[in-house]
Amino acid sequence: MFEIIEKKELAPKIKSIDIYAPAVSEKAQAGQFVILRTDKKGERIPLTLVDWNRQKGTIRLIFLEVGVSTEKLGSLKVSDTISDVCGPLGNPSEIKKYGTVCIIGGGVGTASAFPIARGFKQAGNKVVVLIAAKTANLLILEDEMKKVADEVHVCTDDGTKGVKGFAVNALKDLIDKGYKFDVVYAIGPTIMMRSIADATKPYNIRTIVSLNPIMVDGMGMCGACRVTVGGKTRFACVDGPEFDAHQVDFGELMKRQMAFLTEEKLSLQRLQEKRCSCIE
Amino acid sequence: MSETKPKPKIQKTAVPIPKQKPEIRKHNFGEVALGYTAEQAHAEADRCLQCPKPQCIQGCPVEIDIPGFVKLFKAKDYGGAIRKIKEKNCLPAICGRVCPQEEQCQKFCILGKAGDPVNIGRLERFLADWETLAGIDAPRKARHTGKRVAVIGAGPAGLTAAADLVKLGHEVVIFEALHLPGGVLIYGIPEFRLPKSIVEAEADFVKKLGVEIRADCLIGRTHTIPELLKSGFDAIFIGTGAGLPQFLGVPGENLGGIYSANEFLIRVNLMKSYSFPEYDTPIRVGKHVVVIGGGNVAMDSARSALRLGAEEVCIVYRRSREELPARKEEIENAEEEGISCKFLAAPIRFIGDERGWVKAMECICMELGSPDESGRRKPVPVKGSEFVMDTDTVIVAIGRTPNPIIQSTTKGLTVTKWGTIITDENGKTSIEGVYAGGDIVTGEATVISAMGAGKKAAQAIHEYLMKK
Repeated sequence: MFEIIEKKELAPKIKSIDIYAPAVSEKAQAGQFVILRTDKKGERIPLTLVDWNRQKGTIRLIFLEVGVSTEKLGSLKVSDTISDVCGPLGNPSEIKKYGTVCIIGGGVGTASAFPIARGFKQAGNKVVVLIAAKTANLLILEDEMKKVADEVHVCTDDGTKGVKGFAVNALKDLIDKGYKFDVVYAIGPTIMMRSIADATKPYNIRTIVSLNPIMVDGMGMCGACRVTVGGKTRFACVDGPEFDAHQVDFGELMKRQMAFLTEEKLSLQRLQEKRCSCIE
Repeated sequence: MSETKPKPKIQKTAVPIPKQKPEIRKHNFGEVALGYTAEQAHAEADRCLQCPKPQCIQGCPVEIDIPGFVKLFKAKDYGGAIRKIKEKNCLPAICGRVCPQEEQCQKFCILGKAGDPVNIGRLERFLADWETLAGIDAPRKARHTGKRVAVIGAGPAGLTAAADLVKLGHEVVIFEALHLPGGVLIYGIPEFRLPKSIVEAEADFVKKLGVEIRADCLIGRTHTIPELLKSGFDAIFIGTGAGLPQFLGVPGENLGGIYSANEFLIRVNLMKSYSFPEYDTPIRVGKHVVVIGGGNVAMDSARSALRLGAEEVCIVYRRSREELPARKEEIENAEEEGISCKFLAAPIRFIGDERGWVKAMECICMELGSPDESGRRKPVPVKGSEFVMDTDTVIVAIGRTPNPIIQSTTKGLTVTKWGTIITDENGKTSIEGVYAGGDIVTGEATVISAMGAGKKAAQAIHEYLMKK
C-alpha cells in the first residue's frame, strides 16, 4: 500500500498528489511513468512522474479527473492509501545538450513536461517553455516552470491569459520571431502533439512527443499501447513513451485511444450515481 | 515397499470427471471440470495397481511419488497423501488442474495400454482441495542458513524455487512486477479452468512457508540484478517467463477490436473485466469473434470470448486438427461449447470500418508441406485461395516471447538470439550466483515444466550457497 503524503488542487479537476513510494522515487527519471491501481477493483493506469524527492521517498503525480480511475484517485485524501504503484516504467527522456530546446506542455501535459524542462536546463540548454491551456484557470505549473526555464510563454484557447490561440500557433509565432530550436518537445493532447509535429516538419526541427495510449500492464505484456512509428509497430510502454513525432501515426493512435469510450462513460456514470446516492 | 495385490477386477475406464454442462457453462466463468467426490476419488484410486516398478513417476517433471500418495489416499490418510505430494510439488491444486497429465504421468501408466490410465491429476486435485478446506499446514523450516535469495517473478517457476529454498533454511524474497503473485496462473489461465482463489491459496501457502512476496516491483526498472547482488542477496533465481505477445505483422493489425491474447486474458483474468463495471477495467467483445492460433492460450481466449457474450467464436489455425498444440481435453471442451474451427487458413490482412474498428479479415488457405525444425509439417499458402471472413473482434494467440527487460539491464548475462537466457542443465547462468528457469530459458512451455526447472535450480542454488 502506498500512502498519500500531500494533495493539492491545481485547477478545477486537476490534482497533484505526493505518494510515499521510495523504490520508485530512488530511480525516477524525467520522461518515465508509473502504473497505478487505486483500489482492489481498480484499473491499472499510467501516470507520468512529475517530480520526486529521494530524501523523503516520495513521488509527485498530477492528473486530470477524466474517467472513473482518475476520479477515484482524486477523491482520496492525505494519509489514504493507493493499492499499487509500479515503476519507474518506460525509457527516460534522452536529456543532453542540444542548444536551444522548446518544451511545450498542453493542458495536464504541462505536468509531464516539467521534469523534462528541468532536466534540459540542468544539462546546459537554453530552455523555452510554452504552456497551453483552454482557459486561464486551467493553466498549471507556470511558476514552477519559470524557476527552471529561461523563458515561459503562455497561450490560452480563449485568450483569457497570454496569447490567444493554440499551442501550435504560439510555436509558429516564436519561430517567425526568429527563435531557432534544436529540439521541440511536445506533451499534451494527441491532437495538439500532431499539430506540433506537422508544424515543425517543414523546418526540419527534431521533435519528440510523449504518447499516452491505453495501457494495461505497462511493462510490455499486453500490447494495448501499440503505436505505429516509422511504419513499425512499437509498444509505448517499453519502446517509448517518447518517440520521434514525425514518424508517429497519430490518426491510428487517436482511434485506438477511443476503443473503450462507451465503457468508460458507463463506468464514470455509475460512479457518479453511486456518489449521489451516498449524499442522499 | 509392501506388496499390494491388485483387486480381482480392475475397471478399464476411468471414473468420469463431473463437468458443468456445456449449455450452462458457456454463460459463466465458474469452473468447468468439477472435482471428484470422495467416493469417486476412491473408486478411481482403487484402479491403481501399485506397480512394484511404477512407470508413472518418470513422466512427472517434479517426480512426485505417485504410487506413494495414492497408497496413503487409499488408506484414507489424506493428510499423509497430500504431504507426500508436497514433498515434491508445492502447488498441487494448480497442477491437478492444468498439468497435461495425458502427456506426462498418465502417459506411462500401465493401465493405459488396455484402457484408461489412472486419472492421477484428478486425485492430486482432490487431495489439494481437501487440504484447502481442512486448512493448510506449513511444514517446519530448516535452521536459518543466513543466506538470502532473490527470486524474480512469482509465476510457477519462481514460486516453486522460492518454496524449496525457504524450506532449506534460506531467506527468500520474491519480486513480482504485477500487483498479484501467480504469473501466468493469475493473468493467463482463465477462472473457468483455474479459479483465482486457488492460485491465491497456493501463493499464500508459499508465504506461510516464510517467503516474502514484493509486488509492483519490476526488476530491470525498480531494481536491477546487479543492484540486488550488491544489496546483500547471495543468489538470484530469474523466472520471468514468456510474457511478450507476438503479432502477425500483417496490415491492419492495429485496428480497434484486435487484441493480443495477452491483453484479452489480462483484462479478463487479472483485472476481472468479466465483472465490469463492478471492476473498473473494461473489455469489449463483439458478435463475431475470431481467434488466431491453436494452443491452449487460443482455446482459453475463445472460451472466454464466448462467456463474455459473443454470438459465434471461430478459431483460425494454419495447420490441421492433428497439429493443434492445445490439450485434447481443452479442444473437446471448446467444441462442446460450440466453438468452431477453421483449419489450414491464416490471416493476411485486416479490414477496418471508418471508425478504425475491424470489420473483416482476409485469409489465405494453407496446405501442409514438409516438416519444419519443430518436426511438424510446415503450412504453405495456396495461391489464389484468399477469402474474407466478417469479424468485429480478433484475438491473436500465436505465442509469447521472453520479456527482454532483465537481459537488457544485466551486463554479462548471455542470451540466445530469441532472447531466452542461456543456462546449464541446473539453471546456472553466465553470472556467478544467478540462476534462471522456466519459460525465460525454454521459451513458452508448460506450468509444470517451469516448476520442474524452479526445483532443479533451487537445489543447485542450495548447493552453491552451502559451498560459498
